[in-house]
Amino acid sequence: MRLELVKRPQQSTLFSALSPFIAFGLTIVAGAILFAALGKDPIETLYYYFIDPLTETWSLHELAIKAAPLILIAVGLSVCFLSSNWNIGAEGQFIMGAIAGSILPVLFPDFQFWFVLPLMLIMGMAGGAAYAFIPAILKVRFNTNEILSSLMLVYVAQLFLDWLVRGPWRNPQGFNFPETRNFHEYAILPEIWSASGRAHWGFVFALVAAFVLWFMLSKTLKGFEVKVIGQSPRAGRFAGFSAGRMVVFAFLVSGAMAGLAGISEVAGAIGQLRPTISPGYGFTAIIVAFLGRLNPLGIVAAGLILALTYLGGEAAQISVGLSDKVVRAFQGSILFFVLACDTLIHYRVRLVRPAQKAEAAHA
Amino acid sequence: MKNTLIALAASVAVLIPAVASAQDDPTKACFIYVGPIGDFGWSYQHHQGLLEAEEHFGDKLETAYLESVPEGADAERAIERFARSGCDIIFTTSFGYMDPTNKIAARFPDVKFEHATGYKREHPNVATYNSKFHEGRYVQGVIAARMSEAGVAGYIASFPIPEVVMGINAFMLGAQSVNPDFQVKVVWANTWFDPAREADAATALIDQGADIITQHTDSTGPMQVAADRGIKAFGQASDMIEFGKETQLTSIIDDWGPYYIERIQAVMDGTWEQHDVWEGMAEGHVVMAPYTNMPDDVKAEAEEIEARIKSGEFDPFTGPIKKQDGSDWLAEGEVAEEGVLLGMNFYVEGVDDQLPQ
Repeated sequence: MRLELVKRPQQSTLFSALSPFIAFGLTIVAGAILFAALGKDPIETLYYYFIDPLTETWSLHELAIKAAPLILIAVGLSVCFLSSNWNIGAEGQFIMGAIAGSILPVLFPDFQFWFVLPLMLIMGMAGGAAYAFIPAILKVRFNTNEILSSLMLVYVAQLFLDWLVRGPWRNPQGFNFPETRNFHEYAILPEIWSASGRAHWGFVFALVAAFVLWFMLSKTLKGFEVKVIGQSPRAGRFAGFSAGRMVVFAFLVSGAMAGLAGISEVAGAIGQLRPTISPGYGFTAIIVAFLGRLNPLGIVAAGLILALTYLGGEAAQISVGLSDKVVRAFQGSILFFVLACDTLIHYRVRLVRPAQKAEAAHA
Repeated sequence: MKNTLIALAASVAVLIPAVASAQDDPTKACFIYVGPIGDFGWSYQHHQGLLEAEEHFGDKLETAYLESVPEGADAERAIERFARSGCDIIFTTSFGYMDPTNKIAARFPDVKFEHATGYKREHPNVATYNSKFHEGRYVQGVIAARMSEAGVAGYIASFPIPEVVMGINAFMLGAQSVNPDFQVKVVWANTWFDPAREADAATALIDQGADIITQHTDSTGPMQVAADRGIKAFGQASDMIEFGKETQLTSIIDDWGPYYIERIQAVMDGTWEQHDVWEGMAEGHVVMAPYTNMPDDVKAEAEEIEARIKSGEFDPFTGPIKKQDGSDWLAEGEVAEEGVLLGMNFYVEGVDDQLPQ
């Protein structure tokens, strides 16, 4: 006997809309069982996970810091994914954006003017977009698989950054530690409201980008083009849209967003380049993009929720002594339930008996 | 007016229990680790220090820790969370936490911060501490030269920072004191903790002819490779004898417990002051694991050198020592200054490697 997934002829719109909430509810239940099995008070643990980080101003700032790169990258990715371009390399574009944006403060530390920061942001976006252009042009010209090429370029970017901070860009006063010099004050992304916490303008960029891309996708012809080509390249051709140009457009947009996220993180939260500048934001953002239903406004909510699970995980570690490993397993369970709910909306499960199959083969 | 009075009364009411409870409340010490507490190396040993302090103080001490905190933006948040959650003293136990520690310390002048292995103390509430691990590495060098048949040791290094370079040099000097032609081969793993990569490095070194393995990375990977290949090795940061019963010669154990107890006590007594501490075998911060898997005469020699370092009679960096390029560094009988060691960026003569610059 085995299980088979059969596509539903019609999907319930009600359940499609409810699915993220059902998934979240199931996660809470599973989490409560997990925590109780570990001997922790489930209510208290869940409180520290989801409520406690929202009760203090500084913590809201931290939430914004953590969510900013996730949202920025994910809204860019939504353009890619909606047009069926599978850019898995946002992590690499994030890193390349950070590197390109850091050229000024690292190599020309004495070049200190107010316009350094705007230049850095532009160079960051350009760096990310240029790096995303590689898999795009390979796909258009040589029909290569962009999933593989974009993913593998992530490792190239990581190693390139690693080499830079250990070699030519290493801080001359840093006792040989692998990190660049600290950025000067004109190269630091200011805090939004420094009296209450350290959230920087990266979060504002994320909100603006989400709104602009939402407008583009839902209100403009370009947005229509993205969706038509994504759902049916043939129909797109009849409408006179170029699939090749769309590949390049989607990759450039998502690369620029990832690059902006990279330079914002480096200039805002870190203040220098280090061997690792991202705990996997580029990959987590893929999850955020799908959790937000590829809708930029949904992505803002999804980014905040995922960021909350990181902060809540720390709060739970400190307050109830939950282990780091359990925190990650719980985070993983959220994604498991989201995917499971989505799958069950599109498909139904059917039990297939081997006997039946043999009969079918006979007939 | 009435409102002001009420507000005043309310704030006094809030203040009084706060003051009263300050004396009854246990002191809270918090720890941030870069690796998992189960790494059986660096973070594991810091956590052992926490457990020792808990046992020592009992009810008077409350502790909390966060493990596997990445260096960077996450570290700053983690430290701030501790500072806000009522920690009286926070130990940040990795070099990469240096800038975040100082940043947060500026905003929480009443909380004490202790940063391991760093050099920045930008505020009066930041202290730094480290241990003279190189004293143990000298002893290991002596043992390696006695035990190696090939006369070649393999050294798995993490990052070319002064502390690591110092360790390689001390190991080399110890080995040269026995066998002037002894060779040390170095592989830079560029990680503090990556069992697979460290094991690969050990394999490569053994294939290049090394028959003793030592490491300045934190996992037990190299020890396990050495055990499989039937050669001897030194443990790192904690006693790794469980991972190489027939393999481990000794290990440099980082014993942070006494230091943590001393500093927490200082917070309780109100006598805590900023300092920079760099202590070794004499103070019990660097401890050698039992000498095993070696003949008695080698063991006796190792114990004797350990005793001489402990008593202060001998310093591993005592001249005459030449630099790798053959130029003179220390004259006969001259002892290296601590400042030079803490910024060490050159090899001593005989190390078979080029320092990554």
